[in-house]
Amino acid sequence: MSSLSRDEVANLARLARIEMSEEELVNLASEFTVILEAVARVQEVAGADVAPTSHPLPLRNVFRPDVTTPSLTPEEALSGAPASEDQRFRVPQILGEEA
Amino acid sequence: MSLTYEDVIAKYEPVLGLEVHCELNTNSKMFCGCSTIFGAEPNTQTCPVCLALPGALPVVNEKAIESTIKIGLALNCSIAPFSRFARKNYFYPDMPKNFQISQYDEPICVNGYVDVEIETEEGPKKFRVEIERVHMEEDTGKSLHVGGATGRIHGAEYSLLDYNRAGIPLVEIVTKIVPGTGKYAPEVAKAYVAELRDILRSLGVSDVKMEQGSLRCDANVSLRLIGAEKLGTRSETKNVNSLRSVERAVRGEMIRHAELLNKGERVVQETRHFQEESGLTRSGRSKEQAEDYRYFPEPDLVPVEPDAAWIEELRAQLPERPSVHRKRLQEEWSVPDKEMAAMINADLLDTVEATVILGSDPTKARSWWLGEISRIANEQNVSVKELAITPTDVAEIVALVAKGELTDKLARQVVEGVIAGEGKPAAVISARGIKVVNDDSALMAAIEKACAEQPETAEKVRNGHLPAAGALIGAIMKETKGQADAARVRELLLGHLGQA
Amino acid sequence: MIRKSAAEMANALAQGAITSVALTQLHFNRIASVDKDVHAFLHLDTDGALAQAAAVDAKRAKGEKLSPLAGVPLALKDVLAQKGIPTTCGSKILEGWRPPYDSTVVSNLKKNDIVILGKTNMDEFAMGSSTENSAYGPTHNPWDLARIPGGSGGGSAASLAAFEAPLAIGTDTGGSIRQPAAVTGTVGVKPTYGGVSRYGLVAFSSSLDQAGPCARTVLDAALLHEAIAGHDPKDATSINAPVPQVVAAAKSADVKGMKIGVVKELNGDGYQPGVRARFEESLELLAKAGAEIVEVSCPNFEYALAAYYLIAPSEASSNLARFDAMRYGLRVGDIDGASAEEVMKLTREVGFGREVKCRIILGTYALSSGYYDAYYGSAQKVRTLITQDFTNAFAKADVLVSPTCPTTAFKIGEKSDDPLAMYLNDIATIPVNMAGIGGMSLPSGIADEDGLPVGFQIMSPVMKDERMYSVGAALEAALLGTWGAPILSKAPALGGVA
Ligand SMILES: [Zn+2]
Repeated sequence: MSSLSRDEVANLARLARIEMSEEELVNLASEFTVILEAVARVQEVAGADVAPTSHPLPLRNVFRPDVTTPSLTPEEALSGAPASEDQRFRVPQILGEEA
Repeated sequence: MSLTYEDVIAKYEPVLGLEVHCELNTNSKMFCGCSTIFGAEPNTQTCPVCLALPGALPVVNEKAIESTIKIGLALNCSIAPFSRFARKNYFYPDMPKNFQISQYDEPICVNGYVDVEIETEEGPKKFRVEIERVHMEEDTGKSLHVGGATGRIHGAEYSLLDYNRAGIPLVEIVTKIVPGTGKYAPEVAKAYVAELRDILRSLGVSDVKMEQGSLRCDANVSLRLIGAEKLGTRSETKNVNSLRSVERAVRGEMIRHAELLNKGERVVQETRHFQEESGLTRSGRSKEQAEDYRYFPEPDLVPVEPDAAWIEELRAQLPERPSVHRKRLQEEWSVPDKEMAAMINADLLDTVEATVILGSDPTKARSWWLGEISRIANEQNVSVKELAITPTDVAEIVALVAKGELTDKLARQVVEGVIAGEGKPAAVISARGIKVVNDDSALMAAIEKACAEQPETAEKVRNGHLPAAGALIGAIMKETKGQADAARVRELLLGHLGQA
Repeated sequence: MIRKSAAEMANALAQGAITSVALTQLHFNRIASVDKDVHAFLHLDTDGALAQAAAVDAKRAKGEKLSPLAGVPLALKDVLAQKGIPTTCGSKILEGWRPPYDSTVVSNLKKNDIVILGKTNMDEFAMGSSTENSAYGPTHNPWDLARIPGGSGGGSAASLAAFEAPLAIGTDTGGSIRQPAAVTGTVGVKPTYGGVSRYGLVAFSSSLDQAGPCARTVLDAALLHEAIAGHDPKDATSINAPVPQVVAAAKSADVKGMKIGVVKELNGDGYQPGVRARFEESLELLAKAGAEIVEVSCPNFEYALAAYYLIAPSEASSNLARFDAMRYGLRVGDIDGASAEEVMKLTREVGFGREVKCRIILGTYALSSGYYDAYYGSAQKVRTLITQDFTNAFAKADVLVSPTCPTTAFKIGEKSDDPLAMYLNDIATIPVNMAGIGGMSLPSGIADEDGLPVGFQIMSPVMKDERMYSVGAALEAALLGTWGAPILSKAPALGGVA
């Protein structure tokens, strides 16, 4: 049976970095139960003998030569930035591991 | 409570695992045409692709694939007939797409090995480090943390991002677990990274500068009771950015694990950060919930299927293996085993070789680098390579000594000056007014003065008692402040006293 | 003039009967009078378009050799980057963003001197079949303003049906070019995957997305197809082969001896009577024109919709991760002490619409560890089976045909509470994207029961796009013979302007 609990949806929302209200979480969980039931049909025919297709065309080895091409100017690069400083993108404090 | 290393190895067997990230030295980035030059002004080497602007698409740099295949071949790997890029999905502001294009279950090279040799009390010992995989991925941007203390992430008010480094090709080389190193685990880890670095350098695929971050090592360490089958819990130490640190980090983690285990506590599987100053590791911020990277095949790229002809063409381009190269140098220079080991251990073989290539005598080059220069580095508690003296400088100094333009003593002063940042040897010589006194008339004056001051000694020499000349020569050298060529002084003195 | 085909306009321009500036201005006038009702456009680039038109006129005056569509105006779906022009993808999260670069499609349009009027409305990030999911309000179907114009490219299709532009660019991930074409009585083509560069097309589902031409006639679509298609080194999935000769095929309109395969599974239950009636008539006309009609079976198509709603959201969940408030677009909640992570979450909550969030979560789920094999992995296997079905079918027929959609345009709001019913709109168009083949929708008439246009879908094998143009042009000519006038002449007048 394919269904999703409110907590599972909350975990997915965390992975996807989307804030969600309690109401949204509950609604999505119930909506997903319907959708998942529909999409789970793929399992009916997905036998072990069937190779997966991740791409519609059988292309291989598509490369570019190691040649530099002009970059954007820093002004262009930063043109859409919500905030910038010293030619860098300014972002809120980053919590997490020190790289 | 602190255990000694001996206590640890008496009871536990360490198991290593090493992951090395190496930035390739391609001209352009992994998936776009932006330049990769180090140290450019922020955000001057970015484009729609490496900034992840909506709509932009990656295209694989062919040279990066070739370099990776060469690395695989040099590490005795099989080159996969089919490999693919995958997306590793997680959010982090220095990663513009919020996924990293990497390789997951289909890496380009698998199953290789590297043999390393270390010096032990029982003589040289060989270890085989098996390689699990070599795969391609891309580097992240760099963040600068503003506000808070010392530009660190914790307590910072905001961050500034520079994406010049984002998308630079990275190769990750992952070992299988390395058991059986016993008490030599730290040395084996260090020797492995050193060997890997030498191989990468000889291939010409990377700058392999640990201090600039173009070569980075993560060291996984676990302990198990000697004789036990089951592996212990491992910790993964990041930020290990020098050869010396690799050794220290492994040793430090072994001791830390043993202390926990002895107390009956558990080792936590976690990421730890190596701290250069203390040599200790610090726990990384542990995430409340596990990341789920949701790998899937990168739909914007197509698979890589190198054919045999291409692989053989790349194999033919491989240079001499560093171990073979070392053997050859040892023979050419006729260096005894012990001295050779000393050079390798001090990580100065390439430096000495560079000096020899510039025309220096191998013995002289070796003695400068391992002698005087190493001594100064030790005094200053830095590595030789951090000093401001280059193989070119040393080769120049050796040549000046050979030509008699510098004495050994003066040469040491020049070396000191170069290291002190006074400039190239020529600049130091002229600034310090260093020169060999080879003006015969100036020497003659000193000789006459010495003979006048020690008439009895002079008389002895005149009568054929040559060993007495030593006292006179000493006085003459003192008079000329060591700038005279002792051989010339002797020649002139003996002539002056009728003994030539 | 604005009711003529693009080919006729190009002819008039070539003969000096009208200038590009005048033609462009006529379209802006039309937009000014009807777009308040239709809402096909999100942004008009009046100055840029007129400057581009003036430049074409100057080239023509100098006697320069120009491309076939030089000087003809076009409407661009707002999912393609155009340097300096707002590109929103119908989303609040990109409001105000102006790309510093041109997509390859836009570069090709500019190279061909095709005049870009502005950006058209769409379902947010191309997720939808009705254009109701646009953050900037719905587009209305010129046939009946209370109805949807299809989606996601409802703006592009509506602009053609409303005579606001003779040409448009759409993108098709599961039917977003063909389904709007069907419900607006226009022509829309999804070329073979890799036939048109995706560089600068803001990705929804990378392995399914394809840009293509939208027009009012098959020949116009062919002319635009050739202008935008071709290998692009900036797109690793672009096919490095000559562009199929679609203009020649559209001009020949020859189906004699061609085998046309009717896909058994894409008809019958769930298809509106008027849709089925028009489909049968079209088959008869094609048979009369010399084609042989055969039946083919594609048993795995019934799983296509399920597989699509796993693959597309999965890829989208990753593609849309870049909208994180750090480098461009909307930023919400950047107050003292907020972390980057909190700002990302708040921005994505506010910046994305409900459908987009729903699909991102669905895709995140389908890719997550423990569920990958059951969902994404199984969907990829279904993709293999669908491709095999096509291979088998194309062994029996040169092209395959079906109705484009099960129904005609539905009312705005009618299906917004029922995602599964909404998804069914694309049941006949999705298999084409799964296999990467070419697909076209052209009008086959009007359904008796509601007076709304019906679409006829033609599918051709990979890089055999010319086949669907031959068949489409032949059918178009035959239908025109029975109708006496283009189908759009039967649409009601808009805003009192004929
Ligand atoms: Zn770039």
